[in-house]
Amino acid sequence: MSEDSTSTGIPGPDGAANVIETDYQIGQDNIETQLGPFGLDIHNPVFLVSGLTIVAFVFLTLAFQSDVGPLFDALRKWLTGSLDWFFIVSGNIFVLVCLILIVTPFGNVRIGGKDAIPDYSYFGWFAMLFAAGMGIGLMFFGVLEPVYHMAFSAPVGVPSPFDADGNLIEENVAAAKAMGMAATIFHWGLHPWAIYAVVALALALFSFNKGLPLTMRSVFYPIFGERTWGWPGHIVDTLAVFATLFGLATSLGFGAQQANAGLEFVFGIPVSDTAQVVLIIAITAVALISVLRGLDGGVKVLSEINMMIAALLLLFVIIAGPTGTVISGFFSNLASYAREIIPLSMPFGRDDDGFRQGWTSFYWAWWISWSPFVGMFIARVSRGRTVREFVICVLIIPTIVSVIWMTAFGGTAIEQVLTNPDSQVHQYVIASYSPELSLFGMLADLPMASLTSFVAIILVIVFFVTSSDSGSLVIDTITAGGKVDAPVSQRVFWCTFEGLVAIALLLGGGLGALQAMAVSTGFPFTIVLLLACYAILKGLADEPR
Amino acid sequence: MFRKIMMPIDLGHTEKLEKARRTGADLAKQYHVPICYVAVTAATPGALGHNPEEFAAALDAFAKSEAARFNIAAECKAIVSHDPTIDLDSALLSAVNEVGADLVVMASHIPNIADHLWPSNGGTIASRSAASVFVVRSN
Repeated sequence: MSEDSTSTGIPGPDGAANVIETDYQIGQDNIETQLGPFGLDIHNPVFLVSGLTIVAFVFLTLAFQSDVGPLFDALRKWLTGSLDWFFIVSGNIFVLVCLILIVTPFGNVRIGGKDAIPDYSYFGWFAMLFAAGMGIGLMFFGVLEPVYHMAFSAPVGVPSPFDADGNLIEENVAAAKAMGMAATIFHWGLHPWAIYAVVALALALFSFNKGLPLTMRSVFYPIFGERTWGWPGHIVDTLAVFATLFGLATSLGFGAQQANAGLEFVFGIPVSDTAQVVLIIAITAVALISVLRGLDGGVKVLSEINMMIAALLLLFVIIAGPTGTVISGFFSNLASYAREIIPLSMPFGRDDDGFRQGWTSFYWAWWISWSPFVGMFIARVSRGRTVREFVICVLIIPTIVSVIWMTAFGGTAIEQVLTNPDSQVHQYVIASYSPELSLFGMLADLPMASLTSFVAIILVIVFFVTSSDSGSLVIDTITAGGKVDAPVSQRVFWCTFEGLVAIALLLGGGLGALQAMAVSTGFPFTIVLLLACYAILKGLADEPR
Repeated sequence: MFRKIMMPIDLGHTEKLEKARRTGADLAKQYHVPICYVAVTAATPGALGHNPEEFAAALDAFAKSEAARFNIAAECKAIVSHDPTIDLDSALLSAVNEVGADLVVMASHIPNIADHLWPSNGGTIASRSAASVFVVRSN
């Protein structure tokens, strides 16, 4: 042996961290084999159980659509109607835990060890977490929600500015506008990002600091101990795969419908199953290319491009819309949000069942069902940040961006509705409810509508590509037992599978059932996340600060 | 003839690389040059270490063991990648220059239809590297 045995290329020392000693070897339950020409490295039984169950679910949903559709719809309504208090209380707990992490010495702990260095710049990191977290939702709901809540929802009893005949009631306008914006920001602000932050921090902490596999089950090591590697862990990971795939496939399906509606609105391409199937195939194809380009060359690049296009569209709406109202609206909406966040967070003693159960509770279940996907993705790119920096960036900055976005898009739309009863937003949100056209309706009443609508369609599609890409990465990691170097064919499999599931359910009309299923996974995951809060605090207590 | 040999190593499957390891060692002795064993890992915990430092230690131990076994001079280089599955080729190509190797000896599977979809690592390195590349079939 020579004397010059060296190892180089490792980033600076990671420093002190409290690794959990376990006999479990990452990948020890994996099956490594060849399936024809393709290599496989999959976790047994998570891959097999989740894969087969999803195939069976799709088949049964399509075969017995008339029966399962109402069943899942009833399940969703029961969950969001009867357990609304549970979702709302849990959402509040997640926000409180995050605030505690910011202000206590726990915030000093660094993800990846005391001296770990961040892997990504702020811009790249922020672009990825924002694109994965809610980029597409802001496109769909940025116009719809503020106008709808102002006109119809009556959150915490604030009356509508319209009477039964659709005439404006001047004295109600100011309060309804403020509440419409506050209620929307409430759904896109601290609470959803607190949910993501809890999951992401838990995963990052137990993987990068504790040395456990990057899968959901690792978070439960302080609770389950070595049983984490048995069936309790299998169930947690399988649930995470279900939530991610159902959520992604549903979004792909609905996204194709929205993009198709936009293409009809702008170019007159008629809405049809064929057009939507072509869109899903195109989105999946681009996602496959992105998958094959990897994390840095694919999803990071697309996320950054998307953020720049989104910023340009936002700037355009601010300049072309009621600029003064939007700028002053930012501060007044922030104030309204701060004023109303407590009343809107109250789980009891309210009469706004439609808003609380139909919107808030539904959203919380939806965010929670998406949290394994977004959380794991955020965790993977967040090494090197302190807990305080992490929570502030994942909680506060996206909330502020959401306020800016909603103020620009929602504020402009509300002005259009209130000043012009013939506006297209009025048509698509109030007169005849066509939510997928609300954004295009708002843009249509601004200059250069054809160009901006086209940009909006591109933005919607690219946001879906990044979701599909990062989702494939996450599912592959979970079903490979936390290994991030499994054969690329597995990622291709999951990415393709997402597209196929979306097409099958779109053609079979089962997307509504699938959405209900995705939301239904939110309930068991809420319990999982509450346990994760305990695990985070326990895990952080052992870390050097 | 050569200055330094670089040998990419999958530390999780060293037994499958036996033929390439022997070939590399024979060439190292033939030309009296060292071998630099190169391996790529993610920052996330893996079977070979909780973190990149532990992975690097495992690679260092492997290099020492090969040096003793074949009586050759050996060194090693661990590379941390965000996405090793995809970034492996580019990481290895950069490593060829960084370690100053002019011969790469690496194992590769027998070509199959999958190579038309995504080429083998050996094929990619051979087609893009300025160094000589000796691709050793696994059987």
